Amino acid sequence: MNMIEAINDALDLMMARDPDIVIMGEDVGYFGGVFRATAGLQKKFGRNRVFDAPINECGIIGAAVGMAAYGLRPVPEIQFADYIYPGLDQLVSEAARMRYRSAGEFTSPITIRSPFGGGIFGGQTHSQSPEAMFTHVAGLKTIIPATPYDAKGLLIAAIEDNDPVMFFEPKRIYNGPFGGDYDKPSRTWKGHPGGEVPEGYYKIPLGKARIVREGEALTVLAYGTMVHVAEAVLADKGIDAEIIDLRSLVPLDMETVEKSVQKTGKCLVIHEATRTSGFGAELVTLVQERCFYHLEAPVERVTGFDTPYPHSLEWAYFPGPVRIGEAVDRLMKD
Amino acid sequence: MTNRQRLTLHIPEPEARPGDQVNFSGMHIPSAGETRRPPIDGAEAQMRDLPFGLVRVLDDSGNAVGAWNPRLAPETLRRGLRAMLMTRAFDERLFRAHRQGKTSFYMKSTGEEAISVAQSMVLEDGDMCFPTYRVLGWLMARDYPLIDLVNQIFSNAADPLKGRQLPILYSARDYGFYSLSGNVGSRFGHAVGWAMASAYKEDDKIALAYIGEGTTAEGDFHEALTFASVYRAPAVLCVTNNQWAISTFSGIAGANETTFAAKALAYGIPGLRVDGNDFLAVWAATQWAAERARSNLGATLIELFTYRASGHSTSDDPTKYRPADEQDHWPLGDPVERLKAHLICLGEWTDALHASLIEELDGAVRAAVKAGEAIGTLGKSKPSTAEMFEGVFKEPDWRVIEQRRELGI
Repeated sequence: MNMIEAINDALDLMMARDPDIVIMGEDVGYFGGVFRATAGLQKKFGRNRVFDAPINECGIIGAAVGMAAYGLRPVPEIQFADYIYPGLDQLVSEAARMRYRSAGEFTSPITIRSPFGGGIFGGQTHSQSPEAMFTHVAGLKTIIPATPYDAKGLLIAAIEDNDPVMFFEPKRIYNGPFGGDYDKPSRTWKGHPGGEVPEGYYKIPLGKARIVREGEALTVLAYGTMVHVAEAVLADKGIDAEIIDLRSLVPLDMETVEKSVQKTGKCLVIHEATRTSGFGAELVTLVQERCFYHLEAPVERVTGFDTPYPHSLEWAYFPGPVRIGEAVDRLMKD
Repeated sequence: MTNRQRLTLHIPEPEARPGDQVNFSGMHIPSAGETRRPPIDGAEAQMRDLPFGLVRVLDDSGNAVGAWNPRLAPETLRRGLRAMLMTRAFDERLFRAHRQGKTSFYMKSTGEEAISVAQSMVLEDGDMCFPTYRVLGWLMARDYPLIDLVNQIFSNAADPLKGRQLPILYSARDYGFYSLSGNVGSRFGHAVGWAMASAYKEDDKIALAYIGEGTTAEGDFHEALTFASVYRAPAVLCVTNNQWAISTFSGIAGANETTFAAKALAYGIPGLRVDGNDFLAVWAATQWAAERARSNLGATLIELFTYRASGHSTSDDPTKYRPADEQDHWPLGDPVERLKAHLICLGEWTDALHASLIEELDGAVRAAVKAGEAIGTLGKSKPSTAEMFEGVFKEPDWRVIEQRRELGI
């Protein structure tokens, strides 16, 4: 299965299990979504469970918060993470705080699905990685899968979670893993272990990282598309790195991170998002705070630049093999 | 430059500022009974005059007249009057409690009591109100325990919201009163989503939401109306037009160009404009809209035309931006006095009964405040500090647990 099919499968399965799950968003109904993630669901479950919404992110998320207060489990879609900002007030001021401010009288068990990340010539408003805007908000969980297998298991867990979950889908790897070399022909998920998606219900707990590859020389922390780029680059360089796919930024699996960095003594953080105040800054800080006496080199981060995401200059912006390779070389120097 | 006139930027100004003579004579007030009452299942296209009328039932002599007269039993009227007076008594005393340093903040709803009380009485158990911070009357009409309000305002150890919320941002699910937030307007769309959920579940519950006239300028207003219209959500969407958004007069929100009820026209839902100081008119209009919603005919927008008689909050001094005596000239009067006059007209009330009711209610409020003070006023008593870390998520994650330990708990 590719990641779209895995997401579609998770939605299908959960809707069949729980009549309180409803899906709404722009073009998600009859058409099945601009990325086909909701294809066939309206036909199967009916118009009142999977329906098109007006082009209004604040309205979509606001209506979802109201539905959740009633007792439903809405799974709204925001077409691109780049367009989530009109809904920020609803996420930050309402969904994230509902349980806290009402002392549990009202809750927001919502899962907001949104395609994110670059590498597709999406330019400024089809490429952003705004995860740090949400990890900074108390009361929100932020999940980013890197394989179809994880996408299904994590989405099921997110939908079942009783708190609001931001579920960002790296659209660059919807159809296949991407090693960061844009000149290579694109691959599909066929043959990749992460593309083997079991039928039926299973879930991956939120807050548990996945060790993609065990190693001794260096710890690499990544999520989304960058997991595959890291894997390719480090294999290419023949370095015995331990690559960790965080999967869940909040809650974060700090135990796995700490154990790994304490073993390897070196840490590289990679994300597509811009650098300043990005989630990498939090990771670097946590590693510094908790693994300082084990560190043998400064913690490095390779990220998007502090510029808007450019169009034709995409591959200069994207934290690709060259920049990751240089950071690895610096870390491995001693 | 041609001889065409130069452009000028228009900045609306209220009729009167501090020191000016108040003059509301330019305001067109339709007389009681003048605005027609269409059947609830009437087509929206046949109701497009209503947003420019004003639903009024009580005339200047206190008689109930016209097609909107809900013909309420005297007992119901007395219950309404009692809840309004209770709201006023509570507001007066807790405003004073702020001045005495017992709490950090308070907001009164003086002059607007008819709205929240009548609407609370019209809606049923199981319906949900999405309030603003100025609808205390909703809770009073449903006999919410005064002590819980006081404890929330004092943020003490018995605060139902565990000291997490600013005073008066109540949450009372069992009383059909949704969790308040300081972000204005952000819950207007929740009401629509909640109503959509009720419809999805083939339930019979409806939602009622409030937004102030100033906040109609927020996108949330447009969003809620769009969704309500598109999905025919069973919701009653109310604009409480009390003329003032802190220091900003309603003209800055667009009131000089059209009515707030008329905003409904663009969304294809009925819009009613109602005398918000007329308990019977508010009752009748709400009942009409609620029946329409329950009959699966969709949402209604109601503008409740009233006047914010008090300052915006304990942090506000209205004499800095409007005439100090403006409320005395407000042509729609005082909602309590008008309902009282009506009951007296009916021979169902007297000045003496009124005075003794005020005394009784003030006593009840005083006793509640005393009981709250016994637990503790702001800073004198607090919920356990551990409560700060509860309820961020259903189950706290390691960060929250570690941060709690930083405080030694």
